[in-house]
Amino acid sequence: MSEMFRDKIEIDLTVNGEAVQARVPAGQHAVDFLRQELGLTGAHASCEHGVCGACTIRVDGDAVRGCLTLAAQLDGSDIWTIEGLTDTDAIRDLQKAFVARNALQCGFCTPGMLVAVEELLSKGGVPDRAVIRDHLSGNYCRCTGYEAIVDAVESVARQRAGEVTS
Amino acid sequence: MTVQFGNPDRPNSYIGKTVPRPNAGRLVEGRGKYVDDIVLPRMLHVAFVRSPFAHAKINAIETADAASVKGVLRVFSGADLAEVCTPWVAVLAHLKGLKSPPEHPMAIDRACWVGEPVVAVVATSRAAAEDGAELVDVDYEQLPVVTDMMTALDKDTPILHPEMGDNLAFQRVNEEGDIEAAFAGAHKVVSAQFSTARHTGVTLEPRSILVDWNPAENLMTAYHATQAPHMMQAVLAKHLDVPESNVRVICGDVGGSYGIKVHVYPDEVATAAIAKIMGRPVKFVADRLESFTTDIHARDHKIDAKIAVDRDGKILGFDVDDWTAIGAYSVYPRTSAIEGNQVINLCGGPYDFANYRAKTTVVFQNKTPTCQYRAVGHPIAVAITEGLVDMAAAELGMDPIEIRRRNMYADDAYPVTSPAKMRFEGLSHHQSMDKLVGLMDYDALRADQAAAREKGIQRGIGIAAFIELTNPSPFMYGIGGARISAQDGCTVRMDPDGSIVALSGVTEQGQGTEAMLSQIVAESVGVFPSKVRVITGDTQVTPYGGGTWASRGAGIGGEAALRAGRALRDSILEVAAAMLQADQNSLDIRDGEVVDSDTGVARMPLEELGRIVYFRGDTLPNDLPRELVQTRHYITSEYPFAFTNGVQASYVEVDTDTGEVTLLKHWCVEDCGRIINPQLVDEQIRGGLVQGLGGALFEEIHYDEDGQLLNGSMADYLVPMAAEMPDMIIGHVETPTKESALGAKGAGEAGTAGAPAAVMNAINDALRPMGAQVSTMPFTPDRILRALGTIED
Repeated sequence: MSEMFRDKIEIDLTVNGEAVQARVPAGQHAVDFLRQELGLTGAHASCEHGVCGACTIRVDGDAVRGCLTLAAQLDGSDIWTIEGLTDTDAIRDLQKAFVARNALQCGFCTPGMLVAVEELLSKGGVPDRAVIRDHLSGNYCRCTGYEAIVDAVESVARQRAGEVTS
Repeated sequence: MTVQFGNPDRPNSYIGKTVPRPNAGRLVEGRGKYVDDIVLPRMLHVAFVRSPFAHAKINAIETADAASVKGVLRVFSGADLAEVCTPWVAVLAHLKGLKSPPEHPMAIDRACWVGEPVVAVVATSRAAAEDGAELVDVDYEQLPVVTDMMTALDKDTPILHPEMGDNLAFQRVNEEGDIEAAFAGAHKVVSAQFSTARHTGVTLEPRSILVDWNPAENLMTAYHATQAPHMMQAVLAKHLDVPESNVRVICGDVGGSYGIKVHVYPDEVATAAIAKIMGRPVKFVADRLESFTTDIHARDHKIDAKIAVDRDGKILGFDVDDWTAIGAYSVYPRTSAIEGNQVINLCGGPYDFANYRAKTTVVFQNKTPTCQYRAVGHPIAVAITEGLVDMAAAELGMDPIEIRRRNMYADDAYPVTSPAKMRFEGLSHHQSMDKLVGLMDYDALRADQAAAREKGIQRGIGIAAFIELTNPSPFMYGIGGARISAQDGCTVRMDPDGSIVALSGVTEQGQGTEAMLSQIVAESVGVFPSKVRVITGDTQVTPYGGGTWASRGAGIGGEAALRAGRALRDSILEVAAAMLQADQNSLDIRDGEVVDSDTGVARMPLEELGRIVYFRGDTLPNDLPRELVQTRHYITSEYPFAFTNGVQASYVEVDTDTGEVTLLKHWCVEDCGRIINPQLVDEQIRGGLVQGLGGALFEEIHYDEDGQLLNGSMADYLVPMAAEMPDMIIGHVETPTKESALGAKGAGEAGTAGAPAAVMNAINDALRPMGAQVSTMPFTPDRILRALGTIED
């Protein structure tokens, strides 16, 4: 971080429904700000260049890479992380389905994966498996082989659409 | 009491059922606690300056500018750390002839691969440490490099470590029968060259360690993303001169391991050394480039191999010449000779034949060290074996399933010792093959293939049978002198409220260890799994054990848990019998209550027994034992390893215009003995399969001739993503090992072992009518088109 990026910037934002004011280094990434300054360690830094999706958070309704976003860019934004989505029961069905289907092993990718899945499911309808796989192509999971994740997402999509699933 | 595994209606029947993982709930809520989530008071961060050259003399290190960065507190050279940390030599006595030079936590006067740590910068934040690292000026003088595997032993190739005399790290021949005669008299001999690319594990959580040194107590605490906490305890103690009992390794949540996190890494030991020098907690978390350049690599093998068969397709012999290059050092303490050694132990594994010769040659080079990664050696040995078997079948005009059926060990042949001198207690190759053929509907698939061919669409079916080495005994490492435990222990205790705590020496890396243990303990004690809290990954708390490697958690840790749980049940019932004035043998524990075993009538809940034992012990007979904590250990002793077996099938489509391979579907039938949790086993298989599929189609670390790593990012080193992966059908045969009461063998590596060979055979099945064949992994579009002659150099 060069001296220029050390300059501090005031930001004013909402994180998980709570007002946050902070003074952040210009070069600090959003995921580092959330993890280190706010103690929101659910989003993970992994590849740190936007490939793996482990840092995915919701910024103004969109699933966004926390490692490609600067904290300073969050000024004025409405941020949701896995912690807030959990506290508000917003994705409880998805979380239950992931546990029931064992759609996670080490769990490191899971918070980012869930934010990405919710972005897809929030569009409504029941996406077919190829669409689910395509949507999750930016979220890397080295443990599961993806099939259990696709199963869990598909089952929640059906539940939300009112279809009965076994 | 023996568990009536055959009776699904038995009381407390949790072994064999899908039970949710107790730790999954918090992981989906983002409440995992990985090393990087831990913050300690006065914690510092270390960043490493790493060699940009594959081989270079270090003439001088200038650190003044780095030290002046705001937040930077100390800068260490390799020589500084050598004052508090002794070097290690990664050899094992039973791998005769294996040699490797002493390795320090940081290079001292010479760096031997791109990424080797040279200088450590310690600061109050990671950002400041990285800023400092950028300002360190190292004066390097480049030295000649050894990068090509096959010329590493040539006379005119420089010797990487002159004191070693040559670039040969290890060589071994595994020979049985008369190979020359077998090949001379064969009906057909088929030869091929195979190569498997250099891979790395790409754990999503990078390697991470946080070490706290407390001089007042002479106590080192390492929070470490590791598979083997007790092994790390021994290593840190030995090299940092701390009594073993004064090193505590705590392993919380780990974000993927796959073998990557079972090794000793120089930068992690350096972090511990720095913590000891500074007397403050120091954290190191690898960044992604560091992961690619310093996590162990694996599977970089080139093989010349041939198979001899008679007129009926009976295998007469395998002759295998395997080469691998392991980087600049053998990796501590498991060594880098194991993978080659496994290849020559595993070739021909499923088959009953007489003549065998397999030689491995392991050489040094100026690249990142290689070591054990999921399914060590298996994908290589299975590719060689199954590739040759398919090629022989094609030569004979025989169906690939038929040639295998003619050669696999009969299901009633056991126990048997293979030509590679592997001892098999009980395998099920034929039953597994029958099941696979049924699951995939082989004949219908052949019909689909033929119909597609009519339309100019090239599809192929590939079969790969395999064996998998699991439940290792001390024959793997201990006999070679490494302080790596093959034994594992479990302590099970009943608390006053009737709940159970189980402490185990095996670790949780996400595979479901804690769920598996909770099921075994729940069944063996007689409580609901939700009443069992499992604790792993703390050397100060759990019984001593080996941790997670070589698919040993369920088979070894599970058996220890079963025995401890039964012992606790007996202790509880001894107290209950005294309280109820009943015969202990007439009582049982079911669903957390002491009951009459004949009638099932409830006699006393465990919390009442707990209340009396812990708070009103005065009301019990003075001489009544009330030991509601029991520990048992387990080690395999009759066989060096518990082999499992299985067979996979792959159905692919090859676009002969673009060279692109599409995975249509994949099947795997495997036999891991007793299945404790069907869902967890299936998901281990699926996850393993996808790592194998990655190796078949995408994964390859590239170096240039100067030893520069060319693709050190996730965008450039391709791993399977959701869109390219097929759905996978998993089936099981269960042949429990008779060595343990539980009967479980391992399942963690079966998928990875067989998938690359299955895909290779499927591609070659698709290409065979065009006279094309591939055997160099990964099977990229470029390689497919070259095989087809579309691209020529």
